[in-house]
Amino acid sequence: MAMDLKEIESLIKEALPDASVEIQDLAGDGNHYSATVTSSKFSGISKIEQHKIVYNSLKGKMGNELHALAIKTKEN
Amino acid sequence: MDQQTNDLIKNEIDTNEVCLFMKGTPDAPQCGFSMAVSNILKILEVNFKGVNVLENQELRQGIKEFSDWPTIPQLYIKNEFVGGCDIIKEMFESGELTKLFENKNISFKKKE
Repeated sequence: MAMDLKEIESLIKEALPDASVEIQDLAGDGNHYSATVTSSKFSGISKIEQHKIVYNSLKGKMGNELHALAIKTKEN
Repeated sequence: MDQQTNDLIKNEIDTNEVCLFMKGTPDAPQCGFSMAVSNILKILEVNFKGVNVLENQELRQGIKEFSDWPTIPQLYIKNEFVGGCDIIKEMFESGELTKLFENKNISFKKKE
């Protein structure tokens, strides 16, 4: 099952309203994406915590509907 | 997750200083992300145990609950969850990974 790019973006923004989110469909198949997420919420927490916030924003879709999402987080 | 799976995971990360839960084996990875992390460890000549989650369906689900992390691979160093493919790649490129190995007294190949 594939997932729409816009849907990923809006889920992340729902959880991190201040974030800038850049998503790329890496393979053009709606299944392999990369997301670069920049948010002030990331300051002072570990990479693991940062990535968990992004994973959690996807509400369990990661690893199910969404096969692959490479995540890069940045603080601003 | 059942107790047996929980014990299995605990035992693997207790007995192996560097433990990679992956799809496939270090010699025959079954997924590009697992291969990427396994290759980084090979480049650094780190002695590690690859645990193939595809051999055990309970383990494949269990490790996600255990680490509260939805994807595989997952790297543990001395009992601590360090990250998945993206984090390990970033740490390798920035030099943080070798710093971590140094701090944790894990031997690896230093650049000449």
